[in-house]
Amino acid sequence: MIMPLLKGLQITFSHMFKKPVTLQYPTERPAIKPNFRGLHVLNVSHDRAKCVACYLCPTVCPAKCITVEAGEDAKHDKFAAKYEIDMLRCIFCGYCVEACPVDAIRMSETFELANYTRADFTFTKERLLEKK
Amino acid sequence: MDTLILGLPVAYYIAMVAKVLVAFVFVLLTVAYATYAERKIIGHMQVRLGPMRTGWHGLLQPIADGVKLFFKEEIIPDQASKFAFLLAPLVALIPAFISFAVIPFGGTIEVFGYKVPLQIAAYYDQAGAQVFDINVGVLYILAMASLGVYGVVLAGWSSNSKYSLLGGLRSAAQMISYELSAGLAIIAVFMLSGSLSLHQIVAAQADGAWYVFKQPIAFVIFFICSLAEINRTPFDLPEAETELVSGFITEYSSMKYAMFFMAEYANMVTVCAVTTTLFLGGWHGPAFLPGWFWFVAKVYFLIFVCMWIRATYPRYRYDQLMHLGWKVFLPITLLNIVGTGIWIAVTQF
Repeated sequence: MIMPLLKGLQITFSHMFKKPVTLQYPTERPAIKPNFRGLHVLNVSHDRAKCVACYLCPTVCPAKCITVEAGEDAKHDKFAAKYEIDMLRCIFCGYCVEACPVDAIRMSETFELANYTRADFTFTKERLLEKK
Repeated sequence: MDTLILGLPVAYYIAMVAKVLVAFVFVLLTVAYATYAERKIIGHMQVRLGPMRTGWHGLLQPIADGVKLFFKEEIIPDQASKFAFLLAPLVALIPAFISFAVIPFGGTIEVFGYKVPLQIAAYYDQAGAQVFDINVGVLYILAMASLGVYGVVLAGWSSNSKYSLLGGLRSAAQMISYELSAGLAIIAVFMLSGSLSLHQIVAAQADGAWYVFKQPIAFVIFFICSLAEINRTPFDLPEAETELVSGFITEYSSMKYAMFFMAEYANMVTVCAVTTTLFLGGWHGPAFLPGWFWFVAKVYFLIFVCMWIRATYPRYRYDQLMHLGWKVFLPITLLNIVGTGIWIAVTQF
């Protein structure tokens, strides 16, 4: 009866000398793994978004959070005139990235997405575009 | 120097005030930083960090907590019995502090040719060259320890809340079951020391003849019973937050809550000091460091053990608590007394 009690004390004592697992969050940053699924980014090529408005991403999206509207540019090419993601609905499954045939969307390491108003959670095309 | 007030020299009164101040400030600071140490130690035992933000490694946390509690809103329940509700925190806190009056925290020191024993309620007779203290010091400590429980019971009763009442009742039942075993455990010490005066009990343990070696069973049982009596884990049933919200302190807020909190930690310091005095040789230790250092070191070690126990064991169930108190500790302490008696009879006659 007494040995298990002493064993417990020994375990807690030995734990005292282990390195704490705590991450001092705002000052210490987590090491983000390469396949992390954070905020979406629209890839840019030749100074314009690669997106061709094929509607595969809103089709595959299980949360129905992507709104795409196609437009026609001067060279009669199809492009996304409107590309919005509602981050309050998004479940960060990454299906949009997998579905994209032209590698126009990827997911970044940004995970701090808190905001003050509901409108701020609607990420428009300008906010999603890759920053270079 | 030779002026006498009530038959005692002026230096006696100066020394007395100084001793009271030193002991009181020591206990208060220890209480404040025991909260910090507890959070830190338990944190590291659970592979966490504990407080880190307030000051360097959270060192200012107790001060921040104190200020916060001081400025909180005072809430007295409408249906509470006001007088008892206000009285309860004081009844809990004061006995925790005044127990320290009889604990010797060092040997005799000499200040300007006047010898002062480092024990508040003690007097060094310069002519007879010996220390006098309260000759029933242990009885006084036991009395104060049981008085403190009235604060808990009163708090539970006067709050007019189910949870508080259950906490208070549990506390009362727990006190009765464990004080008995604690008292019987100390009796074995008296049988060896032949005195109830704490000064003489410490003197009997000089040169490493600590009672923890002669009475290991009494030591363990007294320490466990003391934990139960001051409502610390694994016997913190009166404030079991998983069942009783916060037990007897559910309805308390602001400074009154802080007073219960201080009482809990002051009780812990007192219990550790009493255990040190009775079993760990009080202030005796290797002579290269002063006696008070060894006393403080032993007390802090026992406080650490309290926190270590808290980090390790889950709370006892009510029936297990009663079983342990009445059916395990009580027979063992009784047998221990009989055994000690036989041992004394065999060795001394």
